[in-house]
Order: sequence, then structure tokens, then C-alpha cells
Amino acid sequence: MKRLGAFIRKEFYHVFRDRRTLLILFGLPIVQIVLFGFALSSEVKNIGVTIQDNAKDVHSQEIINRIRTSSYFSVKASVVNYKDIEERFKDGSVKCAIIFPVNFGSDLYSKEGAQLQIIADASDPNTATIVTNYLTAIINNYQQELNPNARLSYQIVPQLRQLYNEEQNGSLNFIPGVIALIFMIVSTALTSVSVVREKELGTMEILLVSPFNPLMVLVAKAIPYLVLSLINFIIILLLSAFLLHVEIRGSLLLIFGESILFIITCLSLGLLISNVTNSQQTAMLVSMMGMMLPTLLLTGFMFPIENMPWIFRVISHIIPSRYYYDIIKAVMLKGLGFSYVWKETLILAGMSVVLLTIALKNFKIRLS
Amino acid sequence: MENKAIVCKDLTKQFGDFKAVNKISFDVDQGEIFGFLGANGAGKTTAMRILCGLSYPTSGEATVAGLNVYKQQEQIKKNIGYMSQKFSLYDSLTILENIEFYGGVYGVSRPDIKERSKNLIATLGLEKEAKKLVGALPLGWKQKLAFSVAIFHRPKIVFLDEPTGGVDPLTRRQFWDMIYEAAASGITVFVTTHYMDEAEYCNRISVMVDGRVEAMDSPVKLKEQFNTHSMDDVFYQLARRAERSGD
Amino acid sequence: MKVLRFILQKEFRQIFRDKIILAMMLAVPTIQLIILPLAANFEVKNINVAYVDHDHSSYSQKLINKIASSGYFQIIGSPLSYKEGFRMIEDGQADLVLEIPPGFERNLVREGRQQVNISVDAINGTKSSLGGSYLISVLSDFNSNLDVNIKSPINNVSGSAAYISIASSNWYNPRAEYKYYMVPGILVLLLTLIGGFITALNIVKEKEIGTIEQINVTPIKKWQFILGKLIPFWIVGMIVFTVGLIVMYVIYGIFPKGSLLVLYLFAAVYLVALLGLGLLISTFADTQLQAMFVAFFFMMIFMLMSGFFTSTDSMPGWARTMSEFTPVTHFIKVVRLIVLKGSGLKEVSTELLYLFCFAVVLNSLAIFNYRKTS
Repeated sequence: MKRLGAFIRKEFYHVFRDRRTLLILFGLPIVQIVLFGFALSSEVKNIGVTIQDNAKDVHSQEIINRIRTSSYFSVKASVVNYKDIEERFKDGSVKCAIIFPVNFGSDLYSKEGAQLQIIADASDPNTATIVTNYLTAIINNYQQELNPNARLSYQIVPQLRQLYNEEQNGSLNFIPGVIALIFMIVSTALTSVSVVREKELGTMEILLVSPFNPLMVLVAKAIPYLVLSLINFIIILLLSAFLLHVEIRGSLLLIFGESILFIITCLSLGLLISNVTNSQQTAMLVSMMGMMLPTLLLTGFMFPIENMPWIFRVISHIIPSRYYYDIIKAVMLKGLGFSYVWKETLILAGMSVVLLTIALKNFKIRLS
Repeated sequence: MENKAIVCKDLTKQFGDFKAVNKISFDVDQGEIFGFLGANGAGKTTAMRILCGLSYPTSGEATVAGLNVYKQQEQIKKNIGYMSQKFSLYDSLTILENIEFYGGVYGVSRPDIKERSKNLIATLGLEKEAKKLVGALPLGWKQKLAFSVAIFHRPKIVFLDEPTGGVDPLTRRQFWDMIYEAAASGITVFVTTHYMDEAEYCNRISVMVDGRVEAMDSPVKLKEQFNTHSMDDVFYQLARRAERSGD
Repeated sequence: MKVLRFILQKEFRQIFRDKIILAMMLAVPTIQLIILPLAANFEVKNINVAYVDHDHSSYSQKLINKIASSGYFQIIGSPLSYKEGFRMIEDGQADLVLEIPPGFERNLVREGRQQVNISVDAINGTKSSLGGSYLISVLSDFNSNLDVNIKSPINNVSGSAAYISIASSNWYNPRAEYKYYMVPGILVLLLTLIGGFITALNIVKEKEIGTIEQINVTPIKKWQFILGKLIPFWIVGMIVFTVGLIVMYVIYGIFPKGSLLVLYLFAAVYLVALLGLGLLISTFADTQLQAMFVAFFFMMIFMLMSGFFTSTDSMPGWARTMSEFTPVTHFIKVVRLIVLKGSGLKEVSTELLYLFCFAVVLNSLAIFNYRKTS
């Protein structure tokens, strides 16, 4: 046991001496959280809009004013014809345009009403839809105000409540995603590389010949990365709580427990990878490229899984991070208890067991 | 002193407080086979890297082929050959391609490259393997090939860093035959090793301990000086006083 | 330069014998271009709605039908109470809950005003913000249609009323398909990987094996070594770009509307900038692992800030400035502009200038940092 302790200590030194990698390892989640928390949002703001005002009457001016003062839009220099609009679209300075016809004001009270044209740059389809909706809303509001006595006789007033996120803190679902990503990187990629490095250097055989139980060798390799992952996890939690003012509901014990479970799953995956690869480069490529891509895509934090073709939905069922993501969302952000996540927990535990068994079996085979 | 191949005076390389090379002075004659011995961590590799122009000295003077190691590194490189412990040839290129690359990089003309490589391959008996990837060659052949490539451009001096590590005694013997040949043709050979029998093959050797040169002379005279019949023992007596060990 | 020729000869031989790089050149672009757009879409559909109808009137029924047939929503349940509906959100079954209060129809007709509650699962980012606003617009549509069916006081008192009809059109992507937005971005991602990642890894691998030391001992000059690395990988990058364009056309039918020449010009300059970055990274890393992490770190920041996933318009001022300083941002903007809108050289000349500056700065830093003698 004492020798195992010495071995584990050597592994720790190894890990913590590589300053550059450590810097990146801790810097990565911090940067991601800051970016996601403060810089990135799927909200629509400051969209460039250009106006072609052929009417130049009090009505068009008023509408333009409202657009100008709305925080969704940023009004750029006006245009005089389609060609101008095309050019603005082409240089990317505006994403939509409004055209007021010459008779806008005078047509307003006529039988057919006044016509207005909205052109959206649909190369980004979502923005285009939202932008069109907003502009339409502004115009409709104006129209309503012009008809004070003709208010819609029946008004359905929607009251919108944002659950779990009353302060409208951007999108919170990226936090579990960042966590899952970090665990994958640290626990899977680094562990596999570390084990393969021993193989490459030839020191693995020395270890195997030693009185150590080969199981212990693998465990000792994995432990520093477990610790690193946990430290990272705590940093992320602290940042989310204090920097982003995210309320961490739910039992901390459960959160930690589930996280440790997921870390073990990642470690098992890393060990398995290290068994089947022979060079550090391959181990790295397989864990980073091979695992990272599915994790990013199919976990569900970047893109909704429900919208994907069925084959992806099927594959996402075998991606462990998907279950962890659901669990953490439920427990950390919604504050739910174990009864809501027992199914996913079971699946994760099952995956860990399977992966570990295969990894160990493989390892033993190589011995003999 | 310009006829000397290498001259060092109080050469020092310091990393912070640590003096890897501590005021060493020695010289090497042209055409000499000079053995540079020392335990791991004694500073041999650091000293050699300075002489090859890979590293700036902290203080002291040195000239290689009459050129200043501070100011004329690029010219030094034109006049030397180098064979390192870690690597010399590209595994994913064939023998011919490796020769072609190094020859070309050192400015050997294409017709000369063609002719000399033919001779080289014939001498080494590698006609059948000429188009094979170097990675497929056994270690002994790789080493011999690496040496030949290192002197392909007929440099004035060739630096060899533990060139015979890991090969069998017969191959080592053959390797040293090649070194003798090179020396005979006028190339100065600066070789580091910790095989003591190889020390016997050199004209003169120096022994580095803890960054200093503790002994420098011909093998015969050193054995006399330390009152022993084997270079092993000479080395042992010197190295025993060392404080540093391990790289 | 003769020496340069020998170096290039060696590099090309090595590259084409390296199976991994070959795989990257051909397989990876194809796979990424096929898989990513399939998975990556922010289209808003299948928003799961649970409704709690306390009224059970014809109006509430009509409202629910309208929501169900809108195409964006999927009614997944009709719980009997808000609490039950909330549980469905907790479970993850529902994205939002619509609560229609009792007396909905009656109050609407009598008092002319009625409130409905929409609770949105705000943890689901995109889905929730879009889902909420879509539902509101469906509601207001329903609202205005109500008036048409019932005697409306619009045409009395002041005689006539103002009416604005809006004609809206979508340019460049009439069917608002997400792939047009995503695929050009993925092309940029590919080039970024090749330029930054692969180059850095390649050079650091040489550091690890010891071949760099061997090179440093020869009379090869710094610029020859650097060009010897830039040129082959630049060519690899251009090949990947071409493969990517072909795949984009064959599989998605997207053919650049604008000038191919201008597109290639940008790709060329962008690659040089990214290669410079890769080179710079390689001077800071000693092992392949470090190189991979540093490269990954930068790639990730660049991709996030570049407008690939989220629009740069919605970033706060400081973030937008930061994104101006990343080369990826400019290239993505340009690729989308040229491919989808047919922008010409004149419209994107500032971007070209930016990219050019990046190329110069990054490469100069790399050259400065690389030392043959330490």
C-alpha cells in the first residue's frame, strides 16, 4: 500500500509539473464560462437595419423613430433603391430593410391601407425570422395606436414567465455542457495519453513486472485526473455561482455524487482507449477528435437532439455525457431530487461498469 | 592556434545559478579523434551543443574550425556534421531520399550527390535496401548510415553524441572502423561516449565531472597518471568525486 | 532557392506518406460537412407544449388547435393543473406550459381582456426564448382573427381606421433552410483545423523526436525552414478547401454565388494567417499534448467568438471588439457573404485587409520566436 502511495505521488508530480497544460486545463473552463455567460447569447440585439423612406411623412418618421429607439435594432444609413439594399446585404452591414412607399401616409386610411415591405437577409434563417417578427410587432403596435377607439376588442394578454431563470441570464444550459466537456478532456483524453506514454516509454512493462497488481497501476494513473477534474468542477461551480449569479439549487451532495460517477465513466473510457492504442498521438487523436465531436454535438447542450435525424438520436443514447447533462440540468439548475434522475444514474453506472470490465479484461489479455 | 579544429577557453554555460559547463578549456587538433567522456549530467551534451552552434555560451571563448561560437554560428554549421543520440535520419524517407536531403541542404551539388550516394551505398552494402524506408532498417545499419550521412558533405569536423548506443559489439567495432577512415581522410572526430573501451580508440580524451574538465590526455598517459591498466578505472576514480548524477 | 527545394521535397514526401494527414485531407472534410449540418441546427420546431385548459370553451379549443397546427409546436399533454404541467417541465417532457384560466371565453367577450400564462423552461436556451416568442405571435394572430368573427367596433366612431399591410420577403434563402447558414461556416472550421492544429502538431512532433535539433545544426536558414513548413501545409489547406467546396456542391447543392476567385483569394490569405498561428503555437509547446491543448484552446475561443454559432451583433461591445481581433470572424463573414449573397471584392475589401494584417502579424511573431540557437 505504501508503494502504491509512492506511485500515486509520482503520477501527481507528473501531472502538476506540466505547467502549460495545467494552465490551459484551468483556463479553458474559466474562459468558456466567461464567454458563454457574458458574451455569447442567442438573443437578437443590435441588428443592422436600413430604411428606404420614399414617403418621408410623419407616419414613416414615427415608425422609423420607434425602430431606432428599440434595442433590437441599430439603424444604419438609409438607402434609395433595391440595388443599395443588395449592396448593404452584400457587405454584411445590415440584416434587414424596410421600404416605405411614396404614398404611405396618405394610403394609411384608405380602404386597402398602406403597404410596407420588409426584406430580411435570410442567410441566417433564425435571425431573419426573429427580425421580421420584431419589425412586424413594432409596426402593428403603431397601427394599434393610430386606432385608439378601434383597439382590438378582445385582447389576449400573454404573461411570460421564464422558469428557473427569472433574471434572464443568457442561456444556462451551457454550464452543464462545459462541465461535461472538461471532464471528457481531462479524464478521458489525459488519462489515456498518460497510460499510453508509459507504454511508449517502455516503463509500463517494468510496472507490470513489479509486485503491483496491474489493476492498481491503472487506478494510480487515473487518480490525479480524478482530482484535477474535481478541482475544475469546483472552479466552474464557484464561477457560475458568484460570477454569473446562477442559483445552484439542488443538493450539493447529489451533484458531487453524480459528477464523480460521470468522471469515473470518463476515466474508464480513457483507460479503454489507452488499451487499444499504441502511440500517444493516436490516443490523443482518438480521445480528442473521436470523443470530443460526439460530445459536443450529441450531448444536447449545443443543439437540440430532438431536431436531429434519427440515426443521431440513436447514437446519442450511447454517449455518456448526454445522461450526465440531463442529470446536472435537472439537479443543479432545476433543483430536482434523485427520484427524477435515477434512471440516468443507473445508465451511467452501468456504462462505467461495462467500460471498466472491458478495459481490465483487455489489459489482462495483453499481459499474458 | 588557427590550425586547431576546436579551441575552448574558460567556456561556461549557466542556467540561473546552475553551472552546467564550468570554465572548461581544451583544444582539439585537426584530424584527431577526440573522446569527450563524462557521467550523465556532467555537462558533455551541453558543451557539445555550444560547439555545434545550438546554444549560446554564458561566458568564455571557443572557436570551431577557426570560427567564433558567438558570432559565426551559421558558418560553423556549414563546416560541421552532427549525429545525435535521439535521431539522425527520417524514418518515413528512404535511404536515398535521406542522403539526398542532407546532401542538398549542405550545398552538395546534385551530380555530386548522385555519385557520392552511389559510393556510400556500395560501401555499406545497402544496394538492395537503397529504396527502402529507413524506419525499416535495423538499428546497427541506421547508425552506420547516419554517420555516413553526417560526413557526406565532407565537413571539417564531425560531432558524434553517443553514436554506438544500443548496438552489438561487432557493429560497434565496424562503426569505429568507419570513424578511423574518416579521421584518416582529414575529418576531425569529436565523440562522446560512456563505453570505456571506446575511449581506448581515441587519440586523446577528456573527462568531464560536474561541469569541469578533470582530466585530458591520451588514454595511455591517463592510465599512467591514475596508476591503472583500465580506462574503466580511470573513469571510476574521477567520477567517484562527482556530486551530480543523472541528467 | 536550392536549399528550399530540397526541404520542400522532403516535406512533401513525408506528408504524402503520413496516412493521418491524408485522412485529414479527404475523409475529415467530407465527414464533417456531412455530419455537422445534420446535427447542428437551430431550427425551431417540435417545441413541446403542455396546456392546462381550465376553460374548455370553444375559444380555448380553437386556440389550442391553432397552436397545434402552427408547425412549430407539438402538444405533448394536457395536464389538469399547473402543478402537473410544471412537473412535466421538471421531467423535461415539456418545454413550456400554457395555462388558460377558467372563464377565458366569457371574460374575453365581457370585459374585452383576458390574461393567459405561459411558463417557459428557460434552461433550454434557444428553444425557450424562441418558443416563447413564437407562442406569443401565434396568440396575437389568434387574437386578431377573433375580431373578424365578431362584431368589431373598428369601423365606427372615427369613421376609418389606419391599416398597414406588411409584405415580407426573405432574400438569399427563401425557404429559410439552416444548412445555408451552417455549411459555409463548417468550411471555415475545416481550414482553421488544418492551419492551426495540424501545423502546430507537426512541428512539435519534430521537436519531440529530435529532428528539429538536427535541422538547427545544419546551415538551413530560419526563413527556409519556416517556408518549408508553410508551403506544403498551405497546399494541403487549399486542397482541403477545394474538397470542401466540392462536397458542399455535391451534397448540398450550394454553389458560391460570388466569385470563386475572390473566395480562393481569401482562403489563401486566411490559411497563411492560421499557419502563422500554428507556427507560433509550436514555438510555445514542448510536447504534442501541450500543442494540442493550446491549439484547442485558441480554436475554441475563436470559433465561439466568430459568429459561427451565435451572431456577433448580439455581443456586448467588449466582446465584439475581441471578435474583431480574431481572424476566424472575418473569414466566416466573408465566406457567408460570397457564397450566399455573391458579394464581390469591393464589398469585402476591408475584411481582406484585416486578414492580411493577421497573416503578417502572426507570421512575424512566429518567425521572431523561432530560434535556431537558444
